[in-house]
Amino acid sequence: MLKFTAEHEWLKLDGDVATVGITQHAADQLGDLVFVELPEVGSTFAKNGEAATVESVKAASDVYCPLDGEIVEINEAITSDPSLVNSDPQGAGWFFKLKLSNVADANDLLDEAAYKELVG
Amino acid sequence: MTDSGPLSTTPLHTLHISLGARMVPFAGYDMPVQYPAGVLKEHLHTRAKAGLFDVSHMGQVLVKADSGVVADAALALEKLVPVDILGLKEGRQRYGFFTDENGGVLDDLMITNRGDHLLVVVNAACKEADVAHMKAHLSGCSVTLLEDRALIALQGPAAEAVLASLAPEVVAMKFMDVRDVTLAGAACIVSRSGYSGEDGYEISVPSDKAEELAKALLAHEDCEAIGLGARDSLRLEAGLCLYGNDIDTTTSPIEASLEWAIQKARRAGGEREGGFPGAGRILGELANKTSRRRVGLKPEGKAPVRAHAKLFADAEGQREIGEVTSGTFGPSVEGPVAMGYVPSELAVPGKQVFAEVRGKYLPLTVASLPFITPTYKR
Repeated sequence: MLKFTAEHEWLKLDGDVATVGITQHAADQLGDLVFVELPEVGSTFAKNGEAATVESVKAASDVYCPLDGEIVEINEAITSDPSLVNSDPQGAGWFFKLKLSNVADANDLLDEAAYKELVG
Repeated sequence: MTDSGPLSTTPLHTLHISLGARMVPFAGYDMPVQYPAGVLKEHLHTRAKAGLFDVSHMGQVLVKADSGVVADAALALEKLVPVDILGLKEGRQRYGFFTDENGGVLDDLMITNRGDHLLVVVNAACKEADVAHMKAHLSGCSVTLLEDRALIALQGPAAEAVLASLAPEVVAMKFMDVRDVTLAGAACIVSRSGYSGEDGYEISVPSDKAEELAKALLAHEDCEAIGLGARDSLRLEAGLCLYGNDIDTTTSPIEASLEWAIQKARRAGGEREGGFPGAGRILGELANKTSRRRVGLKPEGKAPVRAHAKLFADAEGQREIGEVTSGTFGPSVEGPVAMGYVPSELAVPGKQVFAEVRGKYLPLTVASLPFITPTYKR
């Protein structure tokens, strides 16, 4: 199941673990990324907590945790090569895997159609 | 300067839109921050080939002495600028700054001797204040802000070939030369200078001919339009100050490591020693050094350290020593680069300081400026 947030993150749910990244729209808006900082495995975040940081030449931006949960895996490939986020944001450019505190919370997120409507 | 109110546009505004630029407010103007290629590629293109920048928002000001003698205008302007302007030959340009009574910097500027008058180029955000300042203090001179000219910068190793395709005579110009050149049928004033660390030119062109000239330059296969985003990363790698970030009224030119711009004639013992606002402090600092200095800062890790990050002497954030004034990722350096002020005893290449970034204290090494090797045609 694929879900989206209004903060331009996507979540791919597999049981109670969600793979999280930023959307194509967000990657396009940010421009070429030159630095990514990921959270530590084992850290926990509340919904909308600042879980990661991405930087372009011009500016730093936060990536929010889309739901309450614990980080169980991070994608080190994007810290060594941030351009992966621009070239494949919804594939190889994923950020982290989040073990959801409450899987049912995901039902309140946007589906793909609703997100597409949001970004026009 | 306020952020409210309608934005002004430059004569190249329509061209920016047609090229797909992302426009942002800057100093009261609607300006291109980047084009579809993006800041990173635009930066690298400028260092590899040639970039065209719209800098028409900057102020172009004529200073003419009532006597018609350029030396009189030079002597008048020397009362506001601690630079040897009288010694500036016809067709030559020099960097300088307006100082205030406290020895702070009101703005930085380029000054050209145009034979019978001076042409001064000032920052967009300061231009109204600069003109008022000059009108108030330059007795026996007329001061005119040119409202009918655009300013185009052409920068990069291919800039010479691109401009020479319209006017072969520009090849003979040297760094900081200024000449009248006809380009695409327009009477232009061309200087061999810029703000990127690369060889290149700045071209003052009548507003009604600006778009035609820009299109003629962009028609060259090596020339691409470059936005303000890459302009900032280029100048930072080149170690050049941005007024309002790296220098302002709270920094003296000596603290800012700009003493190279103050020639012997204006220093203690010089023919025209002092005689500018804040001379007591500035000449004193030249003789006795300052307690802090602007330096290059190279973050040791991969994270960019941005303007306003606080600097510390220690990795625990116990002793605050200064602030980062500009910082970004340098595409040509392939890593983060920054500038800031540190106590003079730490203003030595190789010294380590720490910057607070998102609650962590990241190590930076004090570095010589510029971060890249400039390619000016001297």
